[in-house]
Order: sequence, then C-alpha cells, then structure tokens
Amino acid sequence: MAASTTTTYIAASTRALAEEMARDPRVWALGEDLGRGGVFGQYEGLQERFGAARIADTPISEACIMGAAVGAALAGTRPVVEMRFSDFALCATDELVNQAAKARFMFGGQAKVPLVARQPVGMWRSSAAQHSQSLEAWYAHVPGLVVVAPATPADNLGLLKSAIRADDPVVYLEHKGLWPLEGAVPDGEHLTPIGVADVAREGRDLTLVTWSAMRWRCLEAARALAADGVEAEVIDLRTLWPWDRDRVLASVEKTGRLLVVHEAVTVGGFGAEIAAFVAEHLHARLEAPVRRLGAPRIPIAYAPPLENAARVTPDAIASAARAMTAPAAADAS
Amino acid sequence: MSGLGETSPETSQKAGRPARNLDAARLVGHLETMWRIRAFEEAAIRGLKDGLVLGAIHPSIGQEAVATGVCLNLDRADLLLSTHRGHGHTLAKGADAGAMMRELFGRDGGTCGGKGGSMHIADFSVGMLGANGVVGANIPIAVGAAHAIRLRGGSEIVACLFGDGAINRGPFLEGLNWAKVFDLPVLFVCEDNTWSATTRTADLTAGAGAAARAESLGIPAETLDGNDALALDEAARAAVAALRAGSGPRLLHVKTYRLTGHTAADAAPYRDPAEVEAWREKDPIARLAAALADAGIPAERLEAARAGAYAEMEAIYDEARAAPWPPVAGAYADVQDVGHPAQRAF
Ligand SMILES: Cc1ncc(C[n+]2csc(CCOP(=O)(O)OP(=O)(O)O)c2C)c(N)n1
Repeated sequence: MAASTTTTYIAASTRALAEEMARDPRVWALGEDLGRGGVFGQYEGLQERFGAARIADTPISEACIMGAAVGAALAGTRPVVEMRFSDFALCATDELVNQAAKARFMFGGQAKVPLVARQPVGMWRSSAAQHSQSLEAWYAHVPGLVVVAPATPADNLGLLKSAIRADDPVVYLEHKGLWPLEGAVPDGEHLTPIGVADVAREGRDLTLVTWSAMRWRCLEAARALAADGVEAEVIDLRTLWPWDRDRVLASVEKTGRLLVVHEAVTVGGFGAEIAAFVAEHLHARLEAPVRRLGAPRIPIAYAPPLENAARVTPDAIASAARAMTAPAAADAS
Repeated sequence: MSGLGETSPETSQKAGRPARNLDAARLVGHLETMWRIRAFEEAAIRGLKDGLVLGAIHPSIGQEAVATGVCLNLDRADLLLSTHRGHGHTLAKGADAGAMMRELFGRDGGTCGGKGGSMHIADFSVGMLGANGVVGANIPIAVGAAHAIRLRGGSEIVACLFGDGAINRGPFLEGLNWAKVFDLPVLFVCEDNTWSATTRTADLTAGAGAAARAESLGIPAETLDGNDALALDEAARAAVAALRAGSGPRLLHVKTYRLTGHTAADAAPYRDPAEVEAWREKDPIARLAAALADAGIPAERLEAARAGAYAEMEAIYDEARAAPWPPVAGAYADVQDVGHPAQRAF
C-alpha cells in the first residue's frame, strides 16, 4: 500500500495545481483574486511560489477570462481558469461552449484547446439562487467538453492533475460543501483517470449511481439501508463526460435496480441520461423501474427550511431505495 | 521596373498629395494582394450563385485596404484573429487561397478539412488563429493569445480585427481593459464599414465610437481613412513597430465601406444607392493603382497585378470544384480526445 497523508479536498486541489505547474511551465492559472488565494483559498500560497505572471489576477471579466484562456491555449499554453462560482461561468458561456469546445473541430484539427475551467458547484450555507447551482448536465450535453466532478480529496488531487494534462477543454466542478472534507491522499505522484468510476461501496440489491457531494449522502443512505438488510452498491461516477457506462451496466446487471442520485434539478439532469441508457441496455434485467432522485425544479432559496426543500437527503435516498427494493416494487407502478 | 522605390517627392506633389516616401515595390505588393482578395471574393460569390459555396459568405469587397494594410505589416509568426468577414485578412496573412476556396466549397483539402466553411477559416501555419462566427468573440481570444506570448517570453504580436458592431458587445470592453491592464502586444483594428448587418451602426452606438472608447482606457488610438491603402500601411507599420517596442496595445479605427450586402445573398435594399455610389468612387484598389501610376509604375505592371489575381482565382475555383468531399469519418474526428464520440458507438 502506498503511503498516504490526510488532506482536505481544498488542499488536495492546491497541491494538484502546484505539482502540475512545477512539472510543466506551460501551465498557469487565471482568475479573480487568485493572488490572495482565491475566494475559497484554493490558490493559497501559489502566487508567492510561482509569481504573479503564472497565478494571474484578472479583472472581473468572466467572458474575457474564459476567452483569454481559449486564446492562450491556442497559442501554446495550458491555462487553468477559475470561475469562482459555477453560476458566474454563465457570463462566459459563449467562450466555453462556442469557442473552447468547438475550435479544434471547426478548424479541422489544427489546434487543441487544453484548458481547465474550474467552476465550484453546489449548495453551500444559504448562498441562495445565484451561488448554489449544479449545472453539470448542460456541459455534458456539449460535444468537445470533458466534465469532471470529484467527491474525495484523493480524487480532487488525481482528477485535477489529469484534467490539466488533458488536451481537451475540461469543465472541472468542485463542490463548495466539500472544501473542508478530509481524507487520505496518496503521497507522491497520483493521477486519477478521467472516465473511470469509483465503487464507493459494494452491494447486491440496488445500484446507487451518483457523483460529487451526493457520494456521501448515498453512502449514508446505504448504511441505513444495510441496517434493514438491503445492500446498496454506491458508484461515484467522478466524471460525467466520459462516464463509466461499463461499470454502471455491470453493477445494474448484478443488482437489477438503479437509482440515480444528484444534487442538480431532476428535470433534464444527467440522471436522465444514465436512466435512459440503462433502460435501453438492460430492460430485461431490471427488477424495478429505473428511478432518479434530484432537486425539484425550483431556484435554491436562502432561508434554511426553504433551501432544504431543494436538498436531496440521505433519508430521501433511503426511502426511494426501499420503495424500489420492497417485494411489491416490481409491480407497484 | 526601373524607378520603383525611388519615387521623388516631386512625383507625389505632381499628383497633388503631400510628399510621401512611396516605397513602390512594397505598394505594388499591396495592390497585388488587394486584387487577390477582390478576385477571390468575386469567385466565391460566383460559387454561391453556382451552388458550390454552401453556407453564407460575408464579402469584404471595398474593404481590401484594411486587410493588406494590417496583415502585410505582420510577420508570419505574428498571430491574427479575424471575424465572419475574414477572407481578406486571411489571404493577406499568407493563407493558401486554394485551401480557402476548397473550404468555402466544403471540400477535402480545405483549410479546416471542410468542417468550418467561410466563417471558420483558420490557418495556424501562418499564425491565423481563426475567423469567428460570434461578433466580438475574437477579442478576448486575441488578448489571451498575447498573454500566452508574454508567458512564453516570445516577441510576436497579435492583430485582432473586428467590425464596428462589435464595440457594443461586452467582450470589447473586457478585452481592451485586459490588454491595457497587462500591457499586451495587441493591435486592435476596428474595421468600420458603416453597417452592422442591416443597421447603420452609428444609430445604435453611444458616444464617439471605437477610438474614444479605447482612449478612455488609456489605449492610444487613431482614426483613419480605411480606403487609403498608403495611409493604412503607414499607420499600421508605425503601430506594429510601437507594439514590438513594447508600447502596449493600440487601436486603429478604420473607416471604410462594404460595397456588397451583409452576405453575398443580401441585396442590401436598406441602403441609399447614392451612398454606395459615393463609396464606389473611393474604391481602395483604384485609388492605390492611381497613386502607383502617379509614382511612375508602368501601366502594364499594374494590369499584371489585376490579371494575375483573376487568373489565380479562376484556377483555384476549378480546382476546388473538382475536389472531393471530405470523408464522413471526419465528422467524428477532432471533437475531443477524452471521451471521444467514436470510442464506443451507442
Ligand atoms: C454575438 C453575435 N450577435 C449577432 C450576430 C449576427 N451578426 C453577424 S454579423 C453581424 C453584424 C456585425 O457588424 P460588424 O461588427 O460591424 O461587422 P460587419 O458585418 O459590418 O463586418 C451580426 C449582427 C453574431 N454573429 N454574433
């Protein structure tokens, strides 16, 4: 077993960027307030170490940050873009979707666009509707983009490094609620491959497919289910494009039941993609209808009781799972 | 070609212009490039009528002096970001005309393998990093390319051309501010052809326009007659030299006119024919040819510039027509490496 150290999710990301910047002089980061460590502290100490040219403080110009990253990537560097909150990345949608994702194709392969767009996602302490969204499904829908959503410190280290090394534009979604989460992180070089899911818990009765912060809610739900004798397998996708279809199919083949859990709004969410894919491929094997669990289609509110209306809880996950595994589930619909 | 490059001030004064150091050999080169742009676009318009050019094209007929003035003052290694109206810029930067015509025809061997068309022509081998279908989107990209040059310790500069309509989009402000804050070597060129699609740009633009906006950010700006190839050449040459010397960004606001509609299919009924006629009188190609004739360039030499360009474009037209379609597999190529669409059919 390789040696490891306990680290937070946020510190793992700082380490990932520092290691990649030390390894490759073409890697640099740009965004607002990075010199002071970034809005959450992800960039703490990096400007002192690498200088203001490579940890660049930019104007509050999201479109220009992303557009400049596209130009900088086309001109031979490997920018890491900080969008502060995924919600603000919407100001840079043209630059990400029309420029970064398409330049390589439109120009007939003359250049690649190796940029990482870091967009912190998710609900976080009464941040309200413009600082809480999870919009991963939008990006998974766009050809040309890679979409990554790490849930553990080790994955935030390994996936951010892989994202920086990828030659494609990567939408990199860190969850704001996970920044302080501690976990074991391997010492030495650690790369997590993009497109490979992590089986967070093995089980035989039901497959829970999830990603990002919901990994932890699903694990909590799985523990509650185990107390009732229901063994849930929890698959943390880690990356949404590409997503590990083989791993998901193999698991549902075994369990016969699929519940997809995500923090984002259920309607049009990425859970729909997974549910449809599994239904297309494993219809005959399914012992219960595929289900999705996500947020209602409401903006996220400020006051905690209202905010909680959009929250997917371990209880909700467990009760959906119980309904699916109850003896009558197969003919309940 | 005796006498080229040694035009005396008297010669210019004879034509009633202020004395100028007419480097005739160089300016004959400009004339040739302007004719090549004109002939290329006329061929492209014919291609559209013949059903060979597939999507929309946006001609720059009447604006050729801007392309040559700016791009012929760039080195091959310098970078260029262009617009939806970018054939002229791209040709003047040195892209292969045959590959460009094949791209317009959607054929194999086009600059982008037939995947981009007129609005996405790019030729990275000559530093041309792409035309752009989104108005103003090239500005932040140019700024980022300059930022990358700075990080790499390179000495190249970046030219970014955009229309007068683009100055009302946010990326113009964001990009110019960025370029000035970081003092990047970007030559911004607002190619003001009076119109934004079917709208007179001045009707929807507050204030004095591109140069004033640049100056408000501390970026030196100059307003020029965009149909005067000599003036443009001089101004661009000076601006490029200043940029290379580390002056930080500069802007040229160049006033010109498109003699066609917004697209080749647009008959432009919204324009006053008298306005068009007045600008036709100021055709930049005819003006430069007249200046060169005044400077003693033989008529045959000037005619050869014209005829050579039309012969070249006639030939590439036929070649492009004969070129095959791109292989369909190309539709799945160059999307992305990670999670490539062909990795697994589903
Ligand atoms: C962001 C965006 N909005 C609208 C359009 C549609 N459009 C294409 S060209 C054009 C006019 C642009 O005018 P200008 O920038 O002056 O350039 P010109 O066409 O005159 O060269 C418009 C509105 C577009 N391509 N992109």
